[in-house]
Amino acid sequence: MARTELLQVEGLSLVVARTELEVVKNVSFSVAPGEIVGIVGESGSGKTLAARSIMALEPPATRRAGGSIRFEGKDLAQLPPRELRRLRGSRIGMVFQEPMTSLNPSMLIGRQLDEGLALHRDLDAKERRALILDMLRRVGIKDPEGALEAYPHQFSGGMRQRIMLASVMLLQPALLVADEPTTALDAVVQRDVLELMVELTRARGTAVLMISHDLSMVARYTDRIIVMCKGEIVEQGTTQDLLRQPRHPYTQKLLAAMPRRLPKRDLSTSVQPIVEVRDLVVEYRGRQGFFRKESGKRALHGVSLAIKPREVVALVGGSGSGKTTLGRAIAGLLDPAGGEIRFGGRSVRRGSEDWGNYRLNCQMVFQDPYSSLDPRMTIADLVREALRLVPEMGHREKVERVSEILHDVGLGDAFAGRYPHELSGGQRQRVAIARALVRRPAFVIADEPVSALDVTVRAQVLDLFADLQQRHGFSCLFISHDLGVVEQIADRVIVMQDGRIVEEGDRDTIFDQPQDPYTIKLLSAIPALEAAANGGVRLRWRFDDMPQGDVATA
Amino acid sequence: MLRFIARRVLMAVPTLFIMAVSVFALIRFIPGDPAALMLGDMADPAGLSDLRERLGLNHSLPVQFAIWFGNIFQGDLGHSITSSQPVLPLILDRFWISAKIVLIAVLFATLVAVPAGMIAAWRQNSLLDLVLVGAATILLSVPTFWLGLLLLILFGLKLEWLPIVGYVSFSEDPLAALLYIVMPIATLFLHEMGVLIRMSRASTLEVLRLDYITHARAKGLSEGAVLMRHAFKNAFGPTWTLIGLVLGNLLGGIAVVETVFTIPGLGRLLVDSIFARDYPVIQGCLLFIAFVYVVVNIVVDLLYPVFDPRVTAE
Amino acid sequence: MRFAAPNAILGGLIIGVLGVCALFGALWTPFDPLKINFAARLQPPGPVYWLGTDEFGRDVLSRLMTAAATSVWISLLTVTAAVSAGTVIGMLTGYLRGWTDRILMAFNDALLAFPGILLALGLLAVMGANKYGIILALGLAYTPSVARVVRGTVLSLREKEYVDASRVMGNSEAYTMARHILPNCIAPLTVLATSMFGWVLLAESALSFLGLGVPPPAPTWGNMLASSRSFITQAVWLGIFPGLCISLTLLGINLLGDALRDKLDPRMRGV
Repeated sequence: MARTELLQVEGLSLVVARTELEVVKNVSFSVAPGEIVGIVGESGSGKTLAARSIMALEPPATRRAGGSIRFEGKDLAQLPPRELRRLRGSRIGMVFQEPMTSLNPSMLIGRQLDEGLALHRDLDAKERRALILDMLRRVGIKDPEGALEAYPHQFSGGMRQRIMLASVMLLQPALLVADEPTTALDAVVQRDVLELMVELTRARGTAVLMISHDLSMVARYTDRIIVMCKGEIVEQGTTQDLLRQPRHPYTQKLLAAMPRRLPKRDLSTSVQPIVEVRDLVVEYRGRQGFFRKESGKRALHGVSLAIKPREVVALVGGSGSGKTTLGRAIAGLLDPAGGEIRFGGRSVRRGSEDWGNYRLNCQMVFQDPYSSLDPRMTIADLVREALRLVPEMGHREKVERVSEILHDVGLGDAFAGRYPHELSGGQRQRVAIARALVRRPAFVIADEPVSALDVTVRAQVLDLFADLQQRHGFSCLFISHDLGVVEQIADRVIVMQDGRIVEEGDRDTIFDQPQDPYTIKLLSAIPALEAAANGGVRLRWRFDDMPQGDVATA
Repeated sequence: MLRFIARRVLMAVPTLFIMAVSVFALIRFIPGDPAALMLGDMADPAGLSDLRERLGLNHSLPVQFAIWFGNIFQGDLGHSITSSQPVLPLILDRFWISAKIVLIAVLFATLVAVPAGMIAAWRQNSLLDLVLVGAATILLSVPTFWLGLLLLILFGLKLEWLPIVGYVSFSEDPLAALLYIVMPIATLFLHEMGVLIRMSRASTLEVLRLDYITHARAKGLSEGAVLMRHAFKNAFGPTWTLIGLVLGNLLGGIAVVETVFTIPGLGRLLVDSIFARDYPVIQGCLLFIAFVYVVVNIVVDLLYPVFDPRVTAE
Repeated sequence: MRFAAPNAILGGLIIGVLGVCALFGALWTPFDPLKINFAARLQPPGPVYWLGTDEFGRDVLSRLMTAAATSVWISLLTVTAAVSAGTVIGMLTGYLRGWTDRILMAFNDALLAFPGILLALGLLAVMGANKYGIILALGLAYTPSVARVVRGTVLSLREKEYVDASRVMGNSEAYTMARHILPNCIAPLTVLATSMFGWVLLAESALSFLGLGVPPPAPTWGNMLASSRSFITQAVWLGIFPGLCISLTLLGINLLGDALRDKLDPRMRGV
């Protein structure tokens, strides 16, 4: 039986107007009514441009160079602007990535929701209000009446994304284009919002085109997946087939880049911990003005942990859990209000006798490769700077050490004279790792070291990091919000929430028999991966049979 | 909301205080007897010692400042040396003349420049944008005193449409007053247009990149509705702040325009008293202009939440 | 993407010509800019006096060239003084924070709250009008805005991860300031210094126009414009050329400033 397509994109090409560079190349795909289709690709794959051009919303710097887009049988390119606007919102809705900027900050929520209805539906104000209140209730807003009279900044990111969904689904479009709808949200919130989106669209028979870099997330909710790379569609098929039998090498690469559990490492368990943290308390001082003094906020409520030599301990939690604060306090970037840090069995504190030794032995890798390298220094200078305070090391030795570590991180001497802006994100993160390791520290704190990277690059950098950790044998505190990454790299896992440790244990125990409800929530957002033959995978969702709990956790 | 207002007003207190200290210190830097400076060369010895007593010159500097500050607080800025008039009424008289010109010019400049800047941003890189930005940059670069002179040469001398120099108050002859005031206003209007068009364009460009604009388009709104309903309010905030700065800077810099058109405004009063070494008036003008500047900026900041509700929440 | 923007080319061209004229004006002019020659009074532009002569028969072109040298010199010194002083204050306050910062910044902001030229007027009222009085007055007037920009930059750079990285290496605060923070302040400072050159030149011209600048007979564009007003009916060129010089210079600086801002500091674009 021939499918009756809702949306049919044929040979779509987009070029950057100034340079004639082709950013979307001859792209064809279709979406059937009620179907959920995912477009997956890394940054620069053209997935967002392709999706936005459906509604002729591509940025003005690009130009359509060819192809047709048919929606409900009509060629959108041939439609006069007025007809096109009539489709926008009412037949095709769109949800954006950044909940902080996708709602107008200076307009009341009520008015923003009303705008589309008033434009496209022939209803009076009272009927519209009833519809809006009903929809707000459905997306889990607790006080819908109050929300109408509020501004977007009064809501959290997750709530805004729910309001955004409400605004789009109010008009019951036939197609919903969702551009990275939950990328900016915490993992737990992400899942709630996605479930809501799927529930709402299913109920109204709305087809969804979901754009994302996150293959496992897309795989969970879609019927079909389209894989894009460098402006082209490299493969498309049903979600099942694509995961189990990927045909294109790039798809295989994407699947291989999904983090997976490695065999448990054998660490001698009896030795003394190298780093110990006891009852650490960190408070952020309140702002002081001329006229008032705000009370401080306690970010860590007495946290204790121990890390053994060669051990990789992962610190996980959502935003605001205090995991980054803990890392910064251990690194000596924050002065704790109470508690103790011990290194090699001796208490260390800024200014104390053993601080110098600790400083030489504790290094840090930061999250943002664009901000962690001084833009005005060459790669060699950046890495060599870390050796500046190492005692008794001659200049020649330093140069050799730098060259050696640059080879170790896979960059080599060719990069020594370059500046950070000439490097890709992955290469920069390699430099940051080299800088942290060039001193041969005994302990490394890695604060979300791969979360700013594209998936395939992330996998490479993660492999590199694990390899270096094996060879150099440093202990590591690995801070991450991404449990998938943690499952791959950690020996032991510590889960934090609201400045406290809620659960801690070795990796397999935490992932297979979590006890704390928060850990369970975190785990339910990521799949367990089983490798299949010829590069395919099978995804298993943990706790899918368990009750979901309160929807409105955002 | 009340807390926001109170906080903003309170924030100005140290500023005003430090300004008063600076002006006080400035006059005390002049070598010689402050009382003699205040009374000028013609002072008689009795008056001098009387004023010394009143200024508290035989006390320590902080006490002198306290006395001086107390007088200012009561609106007593002393008497002009040249005209013996009390300083405050003198300043107020001249201030209304300058304020009228500045306010009208900035009002019209805003009304024209803000939409022009928005349209330029909306059609970024088009010919229209190029022309508007080019014109704005040129207007910005022409100093007001030369622009005024050019207008004077063109409309006063060549075309003889408008009277060349002078000032008539509205109460005397409204029509003549209008004719005399048109060119100074036009001068400031043209100059500030340059400033405001660029600002309006820049902040509109910022806003148009944001997702909620695309969201508004994705709802099916027309371009006009997108610009008016969604872009305008958000893009106007920075321009609004700039208007406050512009108003204050004009009060400080209007002396040149008043010189070109020989208008007896506040700027001219300040410059004339600098020439005449009329220190009570100099001091009064400095304090007054700085005070107005602070007040204008408070008002601007207090109205800012109208364009961006986020600032009160902070 | 390495080609220069058209506004950079145009701005650079204008400023280049100005620089050559200023340099020339300091060393050689067609006529003596101060020599009075009543025989050649109020000559319109012609083959001998290219841009005409003024009420004392002095060659306008020569006077404009000398004035260019004076203005450029004053502006350069003023900007250098304000940028140096402001950078020191800004670095200190950005670095020290706490009460020192708060008091210094309160003072700084109070000075900033004096509208532009007003502070200079007040200082000139006290110090009297001459070349060094102007440099001192304008330098003082513009120091607070430099301090503000530098402090803001230092504060935002302190949040950069590479500054954290430097601290984790064990580098001292002073080393981190010198190695990582100061060099990264240079881009915004360049943008600011460029615009400030324009503000200072404009302020200097305005003060001269008011009779509070470099005293006559030494020529400046501002005092040439001021004295032209009495002869405007007979000699329009006297009122045209000096103004054209100021406007073109400011245009050049604005264009160059825009181009610099686009290149070095995209956040400040277009203001």
